[in-house]
Amino acid sequence: MLTTQRSVSGSSQSPRSPSSQPYLSVSVTDPVKLGNGVQAYISYRVITKTNFPEYQGPEKIVIRRYSDFVWLRDRLFEKYKGVFIPPLPEKSAVEKFRFSAEFIEMRRQALDVFVNRIASHHELQQSEDLRTFLQADEETMERLRFHETGIFKKKPADLMQIFKDVQSKVSDVVLGKEKPVEESNPEYEKLKHYIFELENHLAEAQKHAYRLVKRHRELGQSLSDFGKAAKLLGACEGDALGKAFTELGAKSEALSIRLQKEAHQLLMNFEEPLKDYVRAVQSIKATIAERANAFRQQCELAETIKLKEINLEKLMLTRSDRVGEAEHEYKGLKAEGEEASRRFETMVRLMNEEIVRFQEQKTTDMGIAFHEFAKGQARLANSIADAWRSLLPKLETCSSA
Amino acid sequence: MMKQENHGDEGANLHASQDDMESLVLDEPPPSSNGQSSPSASTSVERHSTTATTSSTSQNFNSILEPPSYADAIFTSFDSSSSNGHENPKQPSYQSDPPTRSEFLKIWVSDPEKELELTNSLVPGGTSYYTYLITTRTNMPEYGGPGSEFTVRRRFKDVVTLSDRLSESYRGFVIPIRPDKSVVESQVMQIEQFVEQRRAALAKYLNKLAVHPTLKKSEELRLFLVVRGKLPLAKSVDMASRMLDGAVRLPRQLTGEAAAVTDVNEAAQPAKGGRDLLRIFRELRQSVVNDWGGVKPVVVEEDKEFIERKEKVAEFEQQLSNLSQQAESLVKAQQDMGETMGELGLAFVKLTKLETEGAMFESQTIRATDMKNVATAAVKASRLYRELNAQTVKHLDKLHEYLGVILAVNSAFSDRSSALLTVQTLSSELVSLQSRIEKLEAAASKIFGGDRSRMRKIEELKETLKVSEDAKSCAVREYERIKENNRSELERVDRERHEDFMGMLKGFVLNQAGYAEKMANAWEKLAEETSAYKRDGN
Repeated sequence: MLTTQRSVSGSSQSPRSPSSQPYLSVSVTDPVKLGNGVQAYISYRVITKTNFPEYQGPEKIVIRRYSDFVWLRDRLFEKYKGVFIPPLPEKSAVEKFRFSAEFIEMRRQALDVFVNRIASHHELQQSEDLRTFLQADEETMERLRFHETGIFKKKPADLMQIFKDVQSKVSDVVLGKEKPVEESNPEYEKLKHYIFELENHLAEAQKHAYRLVKRHRELGQSLSDFGKAAKLLGACEGDALGKAFTELGAKSEALSIRLQKEAHQLLMNFEEPLKDYVRAVQSIKATIAERANAFRQQCELAETIKLKEINLEKLMLTRSDRVGEAEHEYKGLKAEGEEASRRFETMVRLMNEEIVRFQEQKTTDMGIAFHEFAKGQARLANSIADAWRSLLPKLETCSSA
Repeated sequence: MMKQENHGDEGANLHASQDDMESLVLDEPPPSSNGQSSPSASTSVERHSTTATTSSTSQNFNSILEPPSYADAIFTSFDSSSSNGHENPKQPSYQSDPPTRSEFLKIWVSDPEKELELTNSLVPGGTSYYTYLITTRTNMPEYGGPGSEFTVRRRFKDVVTLSDRLSESYRGFVIPIRPDKSVVESQVMQIEQFVEQRRAALAKYLNKLAVHPTLKKSEELRLFLVVRGKLPLAKSVDMASRMLDGAVRLPRQLTGEAAAVTDVNEAAQPAKGGRDLLRIFRELRQSVVNDWGGVKPVVVEEDKEFIERKEKVAEFEQQLSNLSQQAESLVKAQQDMGETMGELGLAFVKLTKLETEGAMFESQTIRATDMKNVATAAVKASRLYRELNAQTVKHLDKLHEYLGVILAVNSAFSDRSSALLTVQTLSSELVSLQSRIEKLEAAASKIFGGDRSRMRKIEELKETLKVSEDAKSCAVREYERIKENNRSELERVDRERHEDFMGMLKGFVLNQAGYAEKMANAWEKLAEETSAYKRDGN
């Protein structure tokens, strides 16, 4: 639940009453599996609570599925160039079939974070598409989803597609390998390099974090097996020694359960935030690609304008009767050029703001993740120590018997 | 990076670490031994624990991380039987036998050398074998009292001979199993590695003999450890016993000698006066084979207690084997955990570097600090896991060791079964001899004046009967003796097992608790360092 800083105009209510503070809070809940086999999908309840005037009523509940979220993301990416659109969890074709409880919960959490980040972003929260997403009925949503997918498929430069499928191609575009046209901005270069390095390092950290989760589970399993075997040996030994083995076995089994619990915590509170960080960086890469494209277009346009200008001058000298037409064209192109420049500048400005916001946000996000990680590991280690220590007096009585 | 450096050291394979353990447990060989001291004896904690690994990986961490502090990371283990490499090998820890405790017999195996086999074959070159320097230090009177020291050179074949002779002389005893002859391994690994493994296994074996209350006083062991030059033990003494599964030293039994200590010459020769008996036994065996149609006789075990005992041991073996396997899995899981934790730490080191170099925002610098703290904690935890594991291996290896003890127990059981089989075979022989004599006598009495050839035959058979009756009473005495050995040895093994296992359990538990506490400290520190980021509502 994230509150916003949007100013409310013409409010006559006292600033202290709760309803005067503008808020937009969204939660993604209640995942339900629908459909069968290949057609199976998960639907979520999206609950919006707000007092924004553009919204219908204080509360609205709609049902959405993953592809609806994708629609929203794509729309925002199109409209808000320069803004780092919050990342979505991956569309996994494989896990979809398994739909484990853990997978469903991870996805729900990620979608919840996604929408809330949009709702708390001062630019994005004003999006009409967001409003549609949060309020439209299911049939309308479905129509929009199909419609937009169709349009996007026809688009020649679907950047998200390129970025997802052929990342190297994007980097080529960005690093200027394919096109000679590139911004000569040393600070921006530095940023680009940083973003690429960051993705690599983060991906590695995330990979090891995921493995660490697995290791916790494996250790848990082997402690459980060890415990069972110890109990069996204890039964066989009999007397005091047997009792000692049995107690050891019981403790091992108890600790095994603790480890499984911690593995889950580790996944949700440490590995997922790292994954989220990776996705965020990938989203930035998409924006970088957008910017490169915009820059290229701007340059191409500038060149075209120049050519037209030369041509126009030529025509004017020859007093051709095509001057009028050419002049009209030229003026039109010039306006376009200015528009493109404006757009590009907005993009650059937004990106600069976004970068600051991104860095700060990530420091906070990761700080929280690290704290949870530390707490979880400390909790685990302490319960392991306590469990074993509690066994010692029992072992003493066994050995003196 | 870290992974590669760890491969040689740890290995989840308990067998490899068994030998590492062995080199851990032994002290430096005494200075009086010739040649250099064994390369592996003095590596102590370094070789096996993380010290070597971490000092090299710390170079990879660069100056961002503090150098590892070993002082707080390494701490002593808590039971008497495991060690950090500075204790005596295999001191018996039970309180019940003070005289044995004050006696010590320590053996070192070192300096493997290659020697050529001197054969009589016409083929030039010939084969080679390795010899090992065996150094003994003891205060036992049988060896000359306090301050006694001996060095000899022995080859593996000598060890096999020693083992065989002990098996013959100490029937019914739970005798430590000697190292494998196993040639297969030598084809897989380098010859150096094989020789080192063998050296370690020999040291372990000999020291096990050295703490066995009865075997440590055996003449066979003494000869092996003391007499220089060719080993003065014949491969096998008791030809008579080979005739009928299990009759041990029957000639000596017949002559009334029950000596456990023999002098060198006697031990080396086939038993005196045994040649007649050999002939008898050969004939007996043949008749047994004839009667039974070539099928080997099976012992009929009637002692209920013994049967129950055996079953219990078999069940115990199964459970122990299972636990030993699970212990191996546990060790592997702990090792993996440590490795992954370390890799995570390294990944965060890289991230720290990235966020530090050319940071554009203060938030980056803050994050760099946070990441550095995470890296430090993770690396520390990784180191602790690996140390924990090294200790765990030492403790849980006891389980594996006792699987070997069970083999020895089964061997003692089969000594007893063999002895019983001898008794039963002789009994049935007596019965058949008796009936043959009766038949002949019955036939002879029908002939007036007697049948000279038959009479002669009857006389012969009666002679054989007498000898066989004596042999049977020997065999019975032997059986009883072995039964008693079984009983007292099982008691000893039981006692030792209780002590060893209790020690193992305590050590394992203390170890786990101790390292968990150290890890908790590291993580609590990180939690403290990141406490500013408490989640909303926490």
